[in-house]
Amino acid sequence: MQPTNRSSRILLPVKMWFVYLTLFVALFLNYIPTGHLPAVPDFVALVLAFWCVREPLKIGIGAGFVFGLLVDIGVGAAMGQHAFAYVLLTYAANELSRRVMWFTPVEQALHVLPLLFMSQVLMVVVRLMAGAEFPGWWMFFGCFVAALLWIPLHYVLLLPQYRPVERDENRPI
Amino acid sequence: MVGHSTPPFFKRGPAPLAKLVFFVIVSLGLLVSDLNLRYLDAFRQGLSVLAYPLQMAAATPADFVRNASNYFASLVRLQIENKDLKARQLQGAERLLRLDQIEQENRHLRALLGARERQAVKSVVAEIMYTAKDPFSRTVILDKGAQAGIEAGQAVVDDAGVIGQITRVFPMQAELTLLTDKDQAIPVMIVRSGLRAVLFGSGNGLMELRYLAANADIQPGDKVVTSGLDGVFLAGLPVATVARVERDQAQTFARIPCLPAAGVEQFSHVLVLGQRESLPPRPPEPELINKGKSGKGRKARAGKE
Repeated sequence: MQPTNRSSRILLPVKMWFVYLTLFVALFLNYIPTGHLPAVPDFVALVLAFWCVREPLKIGIGAGFVFGLLVDIGVGAAMGQHAFAYVLLTYAANELSRRVMWFTPVEQALHVLPLLFMSQVLMVVVRLMAGAEFPGWWMFFGCFVAALLWIPLHYVLLLPQYRPVERDENRPI
Repeated sequence: MVGHSTPPFFKRGPAPLAKLVFFVIVSLGLLVSDLNLRYLDAFRQGLSVLAYPLQMAAATPADFVRNASNYFASLVRLQIENKDLKARQLQGAERLLRLDQIEQENRHLRALLGARERQAVKSVVAEIMYTAKDPFSRTVILDKGAQAGIEAGQAVVDDAGVIGQITRVFPMQAELTLLTDKDQAIPVMIVRSGLRAVLFGSGNGLMELRYLAANADIQPGDKVVTSGLDGVFLAGLPVATVARVERDQAQTFARIPCLPAAGVEQFSHVLVLGQRESLPPRPPEPELINKGKSGKGRKARAGKE
């Protein structure tokens, strides 16, 4: 597997413990009580989308549901609110995986942005239907920040899979 | 295609679309049962035990920032605050000294009248740790929970008045819903006219007196205190001040936005008041003609209070 499908570098297979470790780190970042600060990205959604695009056969809707519930409990949201949004997010990311992998990280971020935005919109719609107040447009800024974070994330999360470059005259790959 | 292991041929599990439909239904079911039926509090308690260590770890940066800002608070500001507090204590001392005597007198008079005594309740001092992250509600997290004897439904006040009510209790923390939350309501009384009403949060940091007739005796600047009819809040705690009164002939009710009296949206120490003793039982209901309508009647009466 390569960093993107056009790249000629071959990566080591992903280790599942590393996937879950990064998800828990993202969960930790989501739990940091930033209150109602604008433009705080949803880290769990971002990391879930990343792994669902990278490894559609290994991680998917089930993980989205479980981590959604954990976020719901941690931030005091309605039970199932994040779970619902993440389930649809992970499904869409899994489905998009084959297409997205052909693009450079910047273009990938542009593909993921609508997904993250959609998950925010879903949560707002669900809560508004339940009679909550509209929190303001600032809560949508987070997904733009998250899309920007995709680019550094693309290198950071793949670091354990890179292997040293060995030049071999007989094997050009 | 993916990784170095071959994708499994035969053991594929359910189709993605089937999984999607299943999980969407489950999460929507959770949402409905949590928001409308409140069935899931035990489930939430259980899972919160799992999330608690991570939550505590995540709260440390916030703690650090708060402590650091305290640490660097300038000496001058602290001196001014100290002076101010001393002056206020002196002012308060005189009134406190009289209060004992007045309370004694009040008890005697009430005994003479045969009225129920006003209750003194036990209370717990807690600190607001941080605002809950959920952007749809106005809740804050307190640093004391079930282990300090806090229960759901208790009233919370600060030095200036009521700020809210405990809605969820975890072992070490409690969630306090502020009065300005859209779903929060509190039965109140206008001090000047003795008018009873219900005060609702309006969600934008203000509160609103609803269901008061357009010609009700109310003016901007009126003080609003708890009426104590709910059996949760003690009577007479300051809640809000009427900001303005909008009377529209086309509407049955006046629109009356109110400003909270307490520092509802500030971080500070708060007092969690103990549960009140229950009110005396309601007088027996008059003979019901039709049993089926009893539920409706009760609702209508609750609305009138």
